[in-house]
Amino acid sequence: MINVAKKGMPSLAGLFFWMNIKLENTKKLEVAKPLKLDCGKIIKDFPLAYETYGKLNDNKDNAILVFHALTGDQFVTGTNPITNKEGWWITAVGPGKAIDTNKYFVICANVIGGCMGSLGPRNINPDTKKPYGLDFPVITIKDMVRAQETLLEHLGIKKLLCATGGSMGGMQLLQFCATFPDKTFSAIPIACSSSHSAQNIALNELARQAIMADPVWDNGKYVLKDLQPKNGLAVARMVGHISYLSEKGMQEKFGRKLQEKADYEFSFNADFQVESYLRHQGYAFVERFDANSVLYITRAMDYFDLSKQFNGGLVEAFKNQKTKFLIISFSSDWLYTTKDNKDIVIALNASGADVSYSEIITDKGHDSFLLNEPQFLKTLKGFIDSMHEKFKNEKRI
Amino acid sequence: MKNSKMKKEFKVIADLLPNNIRVLDVGCGDGSLMNLLKKEKNVEVRGLELSQENVQECIHKGLPVIQGNAETELHQFPNKSFDYVVLSQTLQAFYEPEKVLRNLLRIGKSVVISIPNFGYWKVRTKLLFFGKMPVTKTLPNTWYNTPNLHMCTIKDLFNYCDEKKINIKKVVGVNEDKTSLIKKSNLEIKNLFSKVGIFLIS
Repeated sequence: MINVAKKGMPSLAGLFFWMNIKLENTKKLEVAKPLKLDCGKIIKDFPLAYETYGKLNDNKDNAILVFHALTGDQFVTGTNPITNKEGWWITAVGPGKAIDTNKYFVICANVIGGCMGSLGPRNINPDTKKPYGLDFPVITIKDMVRAQETLLEHLGIKKLLCATGGSMGGMQLLQFCATFPDKTFSAIPIACSSSHSAQNIALNELARQAIMADPVWDNGKYVLKDLQPKNGLAVARMVGHISYLSEKGMQEKFGRKLQEKADYEFSFNADFQVESYLRHQGYAFVERFDANSVLYITRAMDYFDLSKQFNGGLVEAFKNQKTKFLIISFSSDWLYTTKDNKDIVIALNASGADVSYSEIITDKGHDSFLLNEPQFLKTLKGFIDSMHEKFKNEKRI
Repeated sequence: MKNSKMKKEFKVIADLLPNNIRVLDVGCGDGSLMNLLKKEKNVEVRGLELSQENVQECIHKGLPVIQGNAETELHQFPNKSFDYVVLSQTLQAFYEPEKVLRNLLRIGKSVVISIPNFGYWKVRTKLLFFGKMPVTKTLPNTWYNTPNLHMCTIKDLFNYCDEKKINIKKVVGVNEDKTSLIKKSNLEIKNLFSKVGIFLIS
């Protein structure tokens, strides 16, 4: 298929060794308490990798939990020690930013099923003493959330000031609020949905099929051979990247511009800038992510259906919510549309919950929540700061 | 100036409401009325507002607000989910004010509506003597750029409620700082001298 051997790329065996060394320096909680997964299997004594920013104050009223998206990790801001690049939400989180780490204590954990230090398909299966691969149990969004809840106990936080997350992070947050109605004072689900649509599932299936079609994948057994199905994983990532941009945003960014050439090459090389962009994104991704993790995490997203858990009623899921919600959607997001987000608002309204909603007008598509979108960041900051005042008052009483 | 006048209207609306209730403010603007109601009446407020800028302003103030269009998005609120629904000076700007009104009465146990009065004497004289569409302090736009599609008078809305068997609990006329109760007996004269009419209906 696409044959792009990147120059200077470390061998994958070397890469994973190097990543493991680096991951040793990250914070890790050893979760002893057994966790019964939705699939029926039980995990215990498993690692949960996390990172924190800022300081927890004496009143413990300034803790904010961030849930990361499909390919995110616990390194929200600053420099990611694995990639040496900026944290994925550096636009919103940091000193003086919308989520100000001079003021707030920000926590983020790597989801289980992931590959940044939390229990995932690359970990050693205690039964076989070999990496799990496809023997890893199928996990759900609820499993991810329940695993992360143990971290709050560990950090001694009874109630968060706020919890937030975009995309799959938003889904985790909705699940978190439904499962633990009294664990956060406020919540900001961003660009998400209460269940995956047929189109969402179809796009994830495309990503999975791309990985599975790569002969290196070998039913997930590549982990035993210290290999990685690079081509399949890169294509999976390209699918994602198309869905994160809007049609208009893509046209404005790339149009029909050619990649460092005056005319067509009459070949299948990356003539167009948009092709070059996708290939770059795809092959950069394989250096930091595990193919089996993509399978597991996308599966968890597809299985997510909050109303199904509550006998078909999303209103029921949010019954007796004391949490104050702010839902944010982006006008050009076609992956998790304004309508998807509004359905959450309607359910929260019907359940009598305290809910605000804002649609940010932008051409940048689903990716907007990761970008420097002034209106979005202003809204985020305004809500969190006003919630902090309210939470402090509530704690005083 | 506009602000102080607004505040008089808001003050009248606040006086109409009991304490400790749930209020939906449709077209809540920057949240001034919601803030006033929270402070003076200790009510639980929720706003619906179209403009992103205003929504942001409300969120900054810690006021719960939903960005949306009252014309098309009132259906999301369940029946009788609020004790009071407030609509301040926007009824005339909807494409289908009757539909909006029906929705307000569905959502709220009671509804407070304020309207700029097209029956105010200055409005009448402008049309009568100059033959031009009236431009006043309460109606500052000209015919080609006004958002007001369905102007009505206090008498019109009064008669409409009567006709449709909508229960009129109280009507207050506002002229600058003066307020007065409007009843069937003084409707003609108040319709002439009130700039704004505030209706409490259910």
